[in-house]
Amino acid sequence: MLCDNCSQADAVVHLTQIVNNQMSVCHLCEKCAAAKGLEASEAPTNFPLTDFLAQMGGEETAEGSADPGRCGFCGLTFSDFRDTGRLGCPHCWATFEGHLRGLLRRIHGGTSHVGKVYLPPDPTASEREKRLEGLRRRLQRAVDQEDFERAAELRDQIRALEPR
Amino acid sequence: MMDDLATVPDFGLGWLDASGDHPDIVLSTRVRLARNLQGHAFGPRARVNDREAVLGRVRSIAPRMDILRGSSLIDLTDLGARSRRLLLERRIVSRDLLGDNGKAPPRGTAVVLSSRAPLSIMVNEEDHLRLQSLVSGLRLQEAWRLVDRLDEELGGSVPYAYHHEFGFLTSCPTNVGTGLRASVLVHLPALVLTKEITKVLHGLGQVGLTFRGLYGEGSEVVGNFFQVSNQTTLGKSEEDLVDHLDKIVRQVIQYETQARQVLLRDARGVTEDKIWRAYGLLRFARSLSFEELMNLLSGVRLGASLKLLPELRVYTLNKLMIFTQPAHLEQAAGRDLPPAEGDAHRAAYVRRVLATEGDVTPDDWSGRPIPDDPS
Repeated sequence: MLCDNCSQADAVVHLTQIVNNQMSVCHLCEKCAAAKGLEASEAPTNFPLTDFLAQMGGEETAEGSADPGRCGFCGLTFSDFRDTGRLGCPHCWATFEGHLRGLLRRIHGGTSHVGKVYLPPDPTASEREKRLEGLRRRLQRAVDQEDFERAAELRDQIRALEPR
Repeated sequence: MMDDLATVPDFGLGWLDASGDHPDIVLSTRVRLARNLQGHAFGPRARVNDREAVLGRVRSIAPRMDILRGSSLIDLTDLGARSRRLLLERRIVSRDLLGDNGKAPPRGTAVVLSSRAPLSIMVNEEDHLRLQSLVSGLRLQEAWRLVDRLDEELGGSVPYAYHHEFGFLTSCPTNVGTGLRASVLVHLPALVLTKEITKVLHGLGQVGLTFRGLYGEGSEVVGNFFQVSNQTTLGKSEEDLVDHLDKIVRQVIQYETQARQVLLRDARGVTEDKIWRAYGLLRFARSLSFEELMNLLSGVRLGASLKLLPELRVYTLNKLMIFTQPAHLEQAAGRDLPPAEGDAHRAAYVRRVLATEGDVTPDDWSGRPIPDDPS
């Protein structure tokens, strides 16, 4: 990515500014950054999530509905979440779903889980089917990587689940 | 199931045994899965009855699980303060689980330690369950498989909180999806000495990884040990996360190895001197703070790895790191130790271990008689 200012050197400083609730991102090369009085930090810093959330300001609310209210199960409000960075219970995820999607995109680059598909203790037919799809995907990967021990394990799990 | 620390098989120290790939550079590999049960508030908002219900589920299910047969459930509320610190120093529990004020953690706080595999479960941390495998050396795939088996068995018995789109639900959005955090504790002294480390750490950030100090989140880097782990948990499969970390860590090891060669080529004298001075201090000092010890051990570990101190085994060095921590010294002394006394006990322990397990003969003592004093 080239510097937004001189368009000549690679951008190494990525500056996110929030002015009047408007967020802008500016990519600068080392020289232009230094000219603006900014320096690339020596080592990457681990930002606490709460700082990150505080910086988001009111921006996230714009994406979901106006006010998501309170979680019906544990009573958490979205502003409580913003203060602590922690959700209160599994139901909060459904309550604040719309608001969380934007955050998840920013943290993880997406919102969809593509890992293990959970099979609960007493699964429904559709949970079973989704689990099978997930297992087949993992089996394919193991075969592609010639990890035959893993493939055999996964094949056993698939057989155990498949309707007879 | 037992409730006493003294009865734990190897006290959860299997990860010190210097097995696995690159044990001189990679101290240990950990893979943890964050899981929560349906119907209960998460850790920070959980009430006593939530916490006790979660622990109750684990207490009743664990003995019936094949992978946890013969495991120990340690209730941290009832455990003495020193024993709790021992578990922290052995990296079996997190600072978060214990709370940082030294008081007994709230009811329901517990850890399950398997006696059959290097597996444990923290109960009622930030998430209801933190399943983890902790093994020596670089063994990411193996650690993942172990914890996956535990997860399969446990998740088949208790209903986890799971969302069709977001995956396994967690208290903090940075853990949602797979709930997987894989981390590798690497020793990178040559990258630090050659000042290449900032570049490497910067590079980690660009490929979706992050680093922490010895005791995980919020802890400082001591003794040139860095804990490298995946930053994101959602949008990639567990296998992809683990393989990616493995690939990058192997690259980091290669950079470290190259930096060591540079040190030997361009600054052999200075490097050898640093290593021997570190050894000399450890071997004879009468007082050592933990931080000083870690810095000296870093030099000595580098020396052992470069075969400059060939008699020293990596296992001995691993042991020195763990048993010289404050709670371990107090355990050995059988009483509390004020800092100054702790430093003296630490130095004495190191001298004793090095005298029996790591008495190094300098390579230039060729057995020639020392010439007479010319005067």
